[in-house]
Amino acid sequence: MASRPYEDVVVAAPVTIPYRRFSIRGAHWFLGRALAELVRAAGIRKSDIDGLAVSSFTLAPDTAVGLTQHVGLSPRWLEHVPMGGASAILQLRRAARSVEAGDADIIACIAGDTNQVDSFRQMTSNFSQFARDAAYPYGSAGPNGSFALLTDYYMRAFGATAEDYGKLCVAQRRNAAANPLALFRKPLTMEDYLGARLIADPIRLYDCVMPCAGADGFLVMRKAVAKKLGLPYAKLLGAIERHNAFPEDPIQFRGGWALDCDALYAQAGVAPRDIDFVQAYDDYPVITLMQIEDLGFCRKGEGPDFVRRNSFTVDGSFPLNTSGGQLSMGQAGAAGGHLGLVEAIRQLTGAPLGGAVEKARIGLVGGFGMINYDRGLCSGAAILASSGAKRGKKRR
Amino acid sequence: MSAPLSRPKRKNPLLRTRLPTIPPMARSRVAQGLTSAAACGVFALQRCSECAQVQYPPREACVNCLSARLRWHAMDGAGELLARTAIRQGQELYFRERAPWRAGLVKLDQGPTVLAALHGDCAPPPSRVRLRLALDRGGQALMIALPEKDTPHMEDDPLMRETSSDAKFRKALVTDAKTRTGRAMVEALVAAGADLVWAGYAEPWKPSPQLDALRELEEVTPVPLDVTDESSVRELAGSIGAKVDIIVNTAEHHRANAITSPGVETARAEMEVNYFGLLRLAQAFAPALRTRAADGAAHATAWVNILSVYALTNFPQHGTFSASKAAALSLAQALRAELQPSGIRVVNVFPGPIDDEWNQLVLPTKLSAEALAASVVDALRRGIEDVYPGAAAKDWLERFEDDPKALERELAR
Repeated sequence: MASRPYEDVVVAAPVTIPYRRFSIRGAHWFLGRALAELVRAAGIRKSDIDGLAVSSFTLAPDTAVGLTQHVGLSPRWLEHVPMGGASAILQLRRAARSVEAGDADIIACIAGDTNQVDSFRQMTSNFSQFARDAAYPYGSAGPNGSFALLTDYYMRAFGATAEDYGKLCVAQRRNAAANPLALFRKPLTMEDYLGARLIADPIRLYDCVMPCAGADGFLVMRKAVAKKLGLPYAKLLGAIERHNAFPEDPIQFRGGWALDCDALYAQAGVAPRDIDFVQAYDDYPVITLMQIEDLGFCRKGEGPDFVRRNSFTVDGSFPLNTSGGQLSMGQAGAAGGHLGLVEAIRQLTGAPLGGAVEKARIGLVGGFGMINYDRGLCSGAAILASSGAKRGKKRR
Repeated sequence: MSAPLSRPKRKNPLLRTRLPTIPPMARSRVAQGLTSAAACGVFALQRCSECAQVQYPPREACVNCLSARLRWHAMDGAGELLARTAIRQGQELYFRERAPWRAGLVKLDQGPTVLAALHGDCAPPPSRVRLRLALDRGGQALMIALPEKDTPHMEDDPLMRETSSDAKFRKALVTDAKTRTGRAMVEALVAAGADLVWAGYAEPWKPSPQLDALRELEEVTPVPLDVTDESSVRELAGSIGAKVDIIVNTAEHHRANAITSPGVETARAEMEVNYFGLLRLAQAFAPALRTRAADGAAHATAWVNILSVYALTNFPQHGTFSASKAAALSLAQALRAELQPSGIRVVNVFPGPIDDEWNQLVLPTKLSAEALAASVVDALRRGIEDVYPGAAAKDWLERFEDDPKALERELAR
């Protein structure tokens, strides 16, 4: 049975607690700031938040419930979503159905992490049982090592070149130039990219996301609630998730999106050509290429050619990661997937951090997370529309 | 082709000795099944007893049918290398010091995809490789991918040096070289390329044709060592303790003595050599060995105990000897735990009856001193830590693992 369409579910009040490379604060500090910023941005009382979804790698030993007492919330709905870069989409999916059903009226979806000297090593060394048993003892490279292998395979299988990956990195850096919150705004040239040192062959320095501290958040509610509050909002048209997709693939060259792509567009009532911008999950460029293919913008294996045909800049063809993406903004742990979602809301409500995509009506956000052993297990995507947008033209 | 290892330069005594680091040690209990296999030099994976699905990484429930009946099976490690990387910036000191660290994803013919450390001679993907289970410097199981066919000097690849304790260019001490076993051990180490072998001898007034033969070899230096005498052990440790890379403890006292024979003198003499001797050696030599575990290309690397398969289950005709070897095994486990953080490997060897005068009345099959020595050199080369050399030892082990109570009754006859 196909998922029912979403009825009048909207997202509003995108907030970002500015990222920094390291912080002496704990995760609670960043999540507390995100909640405070949500309350301020929406002009509501803290107690109006009756649902809370939380994602964080560094909140331990707490989970979402510990945070409720820490910040003094008494929600009637609570989710802890420990699924890394897919968490934003998963929080959104769970929250959407709950506000539809009336289980909560205003759900705060937040994610954030601190980054202290050595905390990334501690996190990756004990990331999962399979990682601890069968990945970390093979070089302790964390995601750099895993994505190096997927990048190497993708190059061999589909003919991607270093320049293809580099083009995405360079374009995103260009998008970041106007974003005051991006940690990297200095222009990046292809020569810089190709000349950078190797981190884990074939991955170079600028292929790798930089772990940092920070938080992001947004609110999920029914349209009527947003209108009553006078909040600019974006509509949720469709959303998918999939876990441990294609276990028979000996190495990952596609994500769960490939299984659920058709269902996503059917639920949203739009086609890939209706999408005005994409916020892909981009901790490494190879995963952006997979999303472009698996979310229907080109066929499997045509990603490199698609890269060569588009500019990916805010003002060019196929605007991608318009705030600069994680590769330019940094990755605040579990907030990595929220970064694209809050940027999508900002574009659709006419308030981007950096450059605006002209006449942006419909945007797509990807999420990807949890390299448990040899591949990322969680994938998700959502399609959002501006408040004035009609459904797509279904020209597919 | 691997670059052949060249003789390490003489150490500059003014330079600080590099301290050892080891790879990450944390593993789930179920993953220790890999370590059990690697300890004996076997490649094994879990296979479901119900649906025959082969699994990796180690699991608690079958990935196919959810059965909990997953058993470890020795199997072939052939597969195809799908992708590779060279990690230049690991997060652990061990890997940073050894960068670039090569790793690859291998699709096993048996099914699962395995992340493995890559030998430098593996052809670029896609290519055929052989997976082996080795013990890493911390003593945990490590999947290593070797080229499909042997290549020249492949044992000199950095990965092989990290996962083995090859005697080549190293300095070794054999604690008792006056026996046939001791002599064979010294000769085997010399043949394996050891730079220098110190041949220990106690009771210098007693003539020894074995030691006399060893004096002819230029790599051999006889040294006085009586493991029952603490000052003798300390004195030798004071003179060579900071140079020795491999210790092979062959010192042994053995009589065919049942426990109902009158008196405790034989039992006490066996304990003095087999148990307290090991303890004295450990106290005198282990600290220096530990600090030299990263001292250049031919760093300190291994401690070998010649135990006995009788350490597993008492052989009543040699009742007191069996008890002393069981005590030594227990001590060796503690020694292994203490040396593990430095990366020094403790190799325990469990021979069945050795073909010497003390086993005169034991029925064949008996193990020759040369075969025993060869098994030690092989274990050092392959990085094995539990060695059961010869048919008799393997037979005992199989009986012991199958049903220890049954073995106890069988030996009582």
